Amino acid sequence: MSVPDKRVTIDEVAAEIRSGMTIGIGGWGSRRKPMALVRALLRTDVTDLTVVAYGGPDVGLLCAAGKVRKVVSGFVSLDSIPLEPHYRLARQAGSIEPAEWDEGMLLLGLQAAAWRVPFLPTRAGLGSDILRLMPDLATVTSPYPGPDGADPETLVAVPALELDVALLHQNRADQGGNAAYLGPDPYMDDLFAMAAARTFVSCERLVPTGELSTGPTLPRQRISRLMVTGVVETPLGAHFTECPPDYGRDEAFQRAYVKAAGDPDAWAAFSQRFLELDSEDEYQASVRTWRDEQEVAS
Amino acid sequence: MSGEQEATRAEVCAVAVAETFRGDGERLCNPIGTIPMIGGRLARLSFEPDLVMTDGWATFTSSTLPPGAEPYGSDDGVLTVDADIEAWNPYPQMFSVLWNGKRHVMMGATQVDQMGNQNIACIGDWHQPRAQLLGFRGAPGNTINHTTSYWVPAQSAKNVVAKVDVVCGIGYDRAAELGPVASRFHEIRRVVTNLGVYDFETPDHRMRLRSIHPGVTVDEVVAATGFQLVIPSDVPESRLPTATELELIRDVIDPAGLREREVPNP
Repeated sequence: MSVPDKRVTIDEVAAEIRSGMTIGIGGWGSRRKPMALVRALLRTDVTDLTVVAYGGPDVGLLCAAGKVRKVVSGFVSLDSIPLEPHYRLARQAGSIEPAEWDEGMLLLGLQAAAWRVPFLPTRAGLGSDILRLMPDLATVTSPYPGPDGADPETLVAVPALELDVALLHQNRADQGGNAAYLGPDPYMDDLFAMAAARTFVSCERLVPTGELSTGPTLPRQRISRLMVTGVVETPLGAHFTECPPDYGRDEAFQRAYVKAAGDPDAWAAFSQRFLELDSEDEYQASVRTWRDEQEVAS
Repeated sequence: MSGEQEATRAEVCAVAVAETFRGDGERLCNPIGTIPMIGGRLARLSFEPDLVMTDGWATFTSSTLPPGAEPYGSDDGVLTVDADIEAWNPYPQMFSVLWNGKRHVMMGATQVDQMGNQNIACIGDWHQPRAQLLGFRGAPGNTINHTTSYWVPAQSAKNVVAKVDVVCGIGYDRAAELGPVASRFHEIRRVVTNLGVYDFETPDHRMRLRSIHPGVTVDEVVAATGFQLVIPSDVPESRLPTATELELIRDVIDPAGLREREVPNP
């Protein structure tokens, strides 16, 4: 019994995203980001996006390319380098609308959308400036009595983050969109997948269903084809973010990215060399050449 | 080498961090940063053996991993973890743990103020900040759900301030506004810096100098604080590491000496 064939190309995924859409991007910071899909999106003329993410260079690159109207995030960071340079520039220029939530609120917003309820309650956010600065966030009063006869509790009502499209990267997938991550953490990828009307998964390797995972690792097969619209094999597709155990973060390239972002001319050169290309293959080739140069230089 | 040299400032800081976890028992001790991680490990290896700690990523581990050491590897494409795993605790699970409350986190703070509010989001007006920082991360949820402490490796009047620009982690004034029910899990236990230890054990929960590290003067502390601290008439010195603690720090927890880079010895 074979699973349906949902294979698509990187550019077909990018073509599904239209200006004005709300897109969710899986992964966490500079970890297992669907960078090949993000790079493909950079090659389109899409603009005015709302991006929902535990943000890393995905958010930074989309901001730098002027494709973003609004960012909903718990943070935007490169992990080993705490601050994402392009997101910083965009925020300091006032060029994007920020929705900077508590990390846990973001989880609940995705979970609410996945479960098709309008909100989920939490204590997270109470008393902080999130509610003061982002007035579209509301509180809700519990219909039940408070503890020990106290008044009912008031909680933050995290609104459902309904996504038009979600983009994820996994280590393995089959042609039907069943997918497995083989690293230590699933992040919120399954919630992104279920919060979205359409979800596209890129993977390091497309394999037969029986080879999705190795050993007794059922919890790794977190993404089912029920949640997936299309799937595409993109070896090194998370570069320069990490995708363990297939590969770690390309720290040298990430440093080069950050350095270039600090200067408009350097960024133009970086962009020309690595982003203004016709395909993911050209990107990977350009990175290989860059790496060879680094080795020669050192 | 252990015990031969006097304790460095970094080592005094590590002990001060460890002391913030005293009495926590079987709780997730979740210090973020180099010296916080060393201090947490020290507490667990000495007077708080029941503490649960992470590997910095997706597990609780009973192993004493050096600060910043990533235990993950690959064996022919299969993930390996070079640590004794007590439990799997990926990010989705971490939020359940923290909302469940059995956690004491020590976070960094770009700004921390006299009421214990913390800012890591930005400097200036949030709508268009002068300097964008991390965002709110987990600070709002942490502070409303469980005990939180802060670590400031280079205290100055610019980071220990009268009022933070943006409230990420909530302090005692914000908790009081919410009322006793909503804030019943809120506790800002300590602020540890390179100069001293601070708490909020005053009638109105204003920040108090709890102890001062050996070699630091009250004047230095005052100059490095952006508001009028509560200063007891007799300020105790932060305690020195014991010989056993020094050995643990130097030989077991941080043999590479990363602590000295975070807080150089004056």
